[in-house]
Order: sequence, then C-alpha cells, then structure tokens
Amino acid sequence: MKVELRDPNTIMTLSRLGSFHQSRLSFLRSFLYEFKDWEYKRDLFDLDEYGFGTAVYSFKKKNRVYSLVCFANKINDDERSDRVIATKWDAAFTLHDGVPLKGDIERLRNEVPKQEVGRLSYKELTLSRANKSVRIFDHVVESLSKGIQPNIDLLEKVGYLYRTTAVYGSGKFGLADRFRIKNREEINGPFRLEMMLVYLVRQFTFDQVNHVAKNKNPKFAVKLDPKICKNLGIGNSTGLGMAPFIVNHPTLLNNWILCRETALKKIREIKIVEDKDSNLFKDCVRNSVKNITSWNTESEYQLIKIKNLLKDVKKFINFVENEFDFKKDYPFNLIYLWLEKEACEECIEYIVSIMMEPYGEIVDPLIKKMSSDEEKYFNIPTDRTVEELRAILEKNYSNILSINFEKKENYTKFWFISKNKEEPRLADRFEEEGSNLEQPLAIARDIKELYKKILVTKNSLTMDKFLVENSHLRHVVRRAFIIEKFPYSEIQDNTISEKIVPIDMLRLKLSFFGALKFDPRSDKWLRICMFQGAPLPDELKHYDEQWVYNKH
Amino acid sequence: MKSFSEIETTSKRASRAVGFSWGIAEEVGKSVRLLELFGFPGIKNLNQYYQNKKKENYENIKLINQTNRSNKKLYCPITLGVSFLDQIKKIESFEKCSFQGIAYPILLLPFLSRCSEIIGKKILFEFEQNKFLLNFNISISFNNFQKELPATANNIEIKFLENKDNFSDLDWKNLYKLSEDTFVEETDSLKKGAAGAGLTDND
Repeated sequence: MKVELRDPNTIMTLSRLGSFHQSRLSFLRSFLYEFKDWEYKRDLFDLDEYGFGTAVYSFKKKNRVYSLVCFANKINDDERSDRVIATKWDAAFTLHDGVPLKGDIERLRNEVPKQEVGRLSYKELTLSRANKSVRIFDHVVESLSKGIQPNIDLLEKVGYLYRTTAVYGSGKFGLADRFRIKNREEINGPFRLEMMLVYLVRQFTFDQVNHVAKNKNPKFAVKLDPKICKNLGIGNSTGLGMAPFIVNHPTLLNNWILCRETALKKIREIKIVEDKDSNLFKDCVRNSVKNITSWNTESEYQLIKIKNLLKDVKKFINFVENEFDFKKDYPFNLIYLWLEKEACEECIEYIVSIMMEPYGEIVDPLIKKMSSDEEKYFNIPTDRTVEELRAILEKNYSNILSINFEKKENYTKFWFISKNKEEPRLADRFEEEGSNLEQPLAIARDIKELYKKILVTKNSLTMDKFLVENSHLRHVVRRAFIIEKFPYSEIQDNTISEKIVPIDMLRLKLSFFGALKFDPRSDKWLRICMFQGAPLPDELKHYDEQWVYNKH
Repeated sequence: MKSFSEIETTSKRASRAVGFSWGIAEEVGKSVRLLELFGFPGIKNLNQYYQNKKKENYENIKLINQTNRSNKKLYCPITLGVSFLDQIKKIESFEKCSFQGIAYPILLLPFLSRCSEIIGKKILFEFEQNKFLLNFNISISFNNFQKELPATANNIEIKFLENKDNFSDLDWKNLYKLSEDTFVEETDSLKKGAAGAGLTDND
C-alpha cells in the first residue's frame, strides 16, 4: 500500500506547526545518539566556595575535541533578568573547538560574560548564558548541605536548576561560520553543537550545586542523587528571536518537516507490525501521560491545549488497548486515520511523534537529511515564464491566495528589528511607529501581491524581464521557485494577521530541538525544558533510547 | 574578525536601508560575503559606494546589450550585477560585452562570479589595468593583488570564455603516458572473463 505524504496546506498552518512535539528526530536526541561513544571529561573545575569561577568540560574522539568553557559570576538579584536586554548572567558559556589554551581561557573570560557585546573568534562554535532558578538552586544547596536530598515535588514543578536565555551559533558575534565545520560527520544534523552546549551546561549545574553545598557544610553535605539529576534538565526562555529563522531558512524548514512526514508515511506503510514494536509504542504512549500531567503552566492558552491533549490521549489509549487489533494489516495507518477523525491537532502530532519510537531503522537514517545548503537554491531561474510561476503559486499557496489582504485584520501586525537589541519584534502597524522598516517576513501578503501582479502580466514573459519592473517582489519570486522543489518550505498561514499566535512559530522550532513542557508566558515568549530525563554523561554508552517517556 | 554571516547580514540590511528592495538586498548580502570570502575588499567598497550614493545619482541599467554606454552618470554596480545575473543566459550569446562608466566595479565581481557558475564557463572581467579570471564561482585569479582598486572604471570588458583545455596536446600526451605506468597488462584468460565476454553482442 502506498500512503501519500501529508498535504503541506494542512501541515504547514501555524496551529498545526504549533502542535508539534519532540520525537526521535529531535536534535537533542540525535545529538545524544551521535556522541554516546565519545569520551566525556571534566577538564577544569576552578570554583570558589560560593560557586564562582571557571570550569571546562569536553567531548573527545580520536583527534577531535569540543570543550565547553563556563564562567560563573556573582550577580545581584536585581541584575538577574531572563530578558534578552539583560547584561549580566549567573553563568556564561562558549563551546570551543579543540582544547582551549590558557591564553584562550583568558581571552574568553573577557568576552564570553559580555555575550552580545563581546567578540568571539572562529575557534568558538556556540555561545550562551544562563540564570539560576534561585528558589530551586538555593533549596537544593540548603538541603544537600544538611545531608538530605531536596524536595522532589518542588524540583519537578520547575524541572531545572538553571535556564538559558539564548544560545547563539553560526557566525554570530564572530563565532565560527557554519561552512568551516559543516563537513564534520559528527555534526551532520542541525543545531548539534548548540545541543552539546546545553547538555554540558546541565552537567555544570549539577557539579556547581554539589560544590557549593559541600563548601557550605563540608562535614555533612551529600551529593545530589543521580536519579534526581537525571530528572532535571535545563530551562530556556525563548522569545521572538527564533521566529524569523524558520522563514529565513526555507529549504532547512522543508527538510525538517519532510523527514518527519517521510517517517510517518513509511510507518503507515508497514503491513505487519511485530509485537515488540506495538508493545513499545503502547508503552511509550502510556508512560507519556506522566509528561502531560506534570506539564505546568499558567497560560490559559496552553492549559486548554494540555486539557484537550490529555483527554484525547486517554481516549486514544482506551481505543488502542480495548478496541484496536495490531494484527490487522497496516495498523499504524488505521491508527493515523482514527486520529484524524477523533483527535485534536495537538494529540495527532503527539501520537505521530510516538509512532516513530519503535522504528529507529526508518527514522535514524533520515536525521542526516535534516541539514540543508540554502545557497544552492538561492539563484532565481530567470528563464522561467510568468505562466510557470502562476502555476507554482496556484499549486503551492492555495491557503494563502484565499486571504483577503484588503481587510485590516489580515495585515495588522508587522515584524521589525529592535534598535536597542537587534532582535526581531512584532507590533501593531496602526498603533506603533516603524512599519516603514518592516522585515520581509509577511510572506503570505507578498505572495498574494505577486499573484495579483502576474495575473495581469503576459504569460510568456520570462522572469529576467518581469524582475526589471518588479524588483520589490524579488524575494517572493525566489521563494516561489524554492517551494516548487521543497513543498514544506513555507508556513501556509498569515504571519501578520491580527490573530497570529507567534509562539506557534517558536513551538515548531523548539519541538525539533526536543524541548518538553512548553510554558507560554505570553503570546510572544515561552519557557521550556531540555534534556529532562536524559542520561547523564557517564551513562551515555548504554542508555535507554526511550528516556523521554521512561522518566522516574 | 567579523564572521561571513555577520558580513552578509549587515550588507543586506545596509542595502535595504539605502533603498534597494529586500530581494536585491539579499543578493548584495550574498555577493559581498563572496567578495570577502575570495579576499577582495567587499565591505570597504560597499560602504564607500553607499556613502557616495547619498550624494550622487547613478544610472540603473535594465536590459544589457553588447555595448552599453551610460548617459553621463555612472552605472550602479548593484543593479548592473543583478541584471547581469538575471539576463546571463541571453548575454552569454554575445561572447563579450562592454560598458562605459561603472561605479565601484569591484562590486560587480561577485555577480559575475555567480554567472560563471550558472553558465558553466569561465569569465574574463577587465577594466583599466585589472584582469580577473572567474572560475565557475570556485576561485578568482587576479593579476595584481597589491594594487588599490579604482572607485570608477571607464572601459570595462567582460568575455565569456569557451570551455577549452588550458594546456597543449603534447603536455597531456606526455602526462597520460606517465599515468599508463600504473596499468597492468592483462592475460588472455583474464580477458575471457571480463564484463561482456562470451555474450553475443547481437542478442
């Protein structure tokens, strides 16, 4: 049986993309898989009794070494802010390519804590900073120093000791450009070095909390139980900075989604499912309920989504355990069709992610196809005609072409770059200044304008001539020829509508990162947790691949 | 040191700021990145050009002919570069074309380099005493790296070079002969078992 890939007009809407969940394809999981055989080491741990100082952690294989350099600093409580406009953080980090020499560490000590106003070099690969969850960190120090383990309920509510507020890579602030490292086999997957940084930072937070507790009460202090460590991750506050990325990297976005869709298609095409695979799938679904019930948020928007998700997942469990027979042919296809009929978008995508769990042989080879060389598809094929362009637009942008941009509610918002922090922002064009400096992120509106223009243009006109008079549409002409080859390269929705929920765009990217427990703090930023439940570095060689669902 | 990613982003934004469309600004970002990657002063020239652009008007070329003469004003290297890129498949048939009066001609270089890749031919770009051989957007040979490049060029010639060997037949024959020393003479019995052996070719 041949199953078709799902329609981009359904999958690429913001509400569907904003319902995506982590899966075997997620970058933090593929990072762990790739680096499980690497030698992990804590090379330097030079902190004072309060936990301030320098530490270095590394992963090594043959001649290749990646080193996380950490600087933990004292800051006042009133200086601690998760906002991108902050200038001081509890700790700052960079991933250095190789073993840092003394001179490198001194150079980095001057630059890394400054973050965006510091300068890094081609020897550094990623950059980040993080703040303590002071309440949790202090509670853990207090407990450990008294010789007892911390309150697990309290820890579970938060899920981490530190949260990062940005992770930079790919040439930002002088960091190495991607082309310098893109041919390395071990990083043949998106954001792998960003994931490495976050993973090593997690270990630093455990070492630091143990160190401070020990210094507080050397005689009685105990170490944080590794089982508790394992259930802690790294928090992250994410704002709109992430949103333009998925618009500005169309072929990359396509490859992420296409891999997910290909995995689903191949799983739906399996005629006979072995017991071990159906049992693993069912176990993961059952165990995953814990992840939903322990998902804390005060966001009304997310609470409704979680409530519906939990209701539908329970309904699904009941269906699979009491009504469904895995001995039927093509059982995952039948399951998918049931979901389409009976479950909400959030639940459909949740179960789609879990379907991938038993099928490493299908999913894992796709991971290597998730990167993209955007440059290859940048040139516009200027010998193509207006007629051909019109056919592409009608085939690939049917949702978008039906939007009426004459209506105010469909173009209320605009994207701009803030002068103070050089970060993307979203504002109401009828209330705020600056829409004349709008960023090219209103793809739907501009595609519609292009379509209107070509409807009144001679069919046989070639693009080289069309562009002479229509230079203002060049960016969307380029995109149209990209989507012709990459059907999942475009968000099939309006990114400037009055009703846009920008966190849907963040959620899409964060689900591919492998984030859990999305906690929207407004419609423009959210907190998440990464690596919660993941193996600790000394467990990497033999770890449970379904750790996301099998947390204790 | 600035990363190439920073160079591309800043060039793109600056291009939008001086009035180019976002689509053209994207082209400039890529092109200045390429110039710097090849070791040419892209940022310096783009900055100087944009500073001058505020004071002076430049001519925007639309359709490129074999011979192109600007009307008193110098040609804008950005619109010329983008037009070249868009029309390259037609311009290629000219074999060569010439321009009189281009501002900051070095800014045209990366567009031509990309054209060389698109048409699969080397391009020779000459102005004043400067010669650049553009090799399929993989490398650029330049006749004088020490020299400061001019802010304007009066006579510019662009040639599309036919794909032909860069060496004599004799050089090739001699080298090939040497390479034959890695081959082994086959015995008759081995020949009988080689691919296709024993079959009727007319089956």
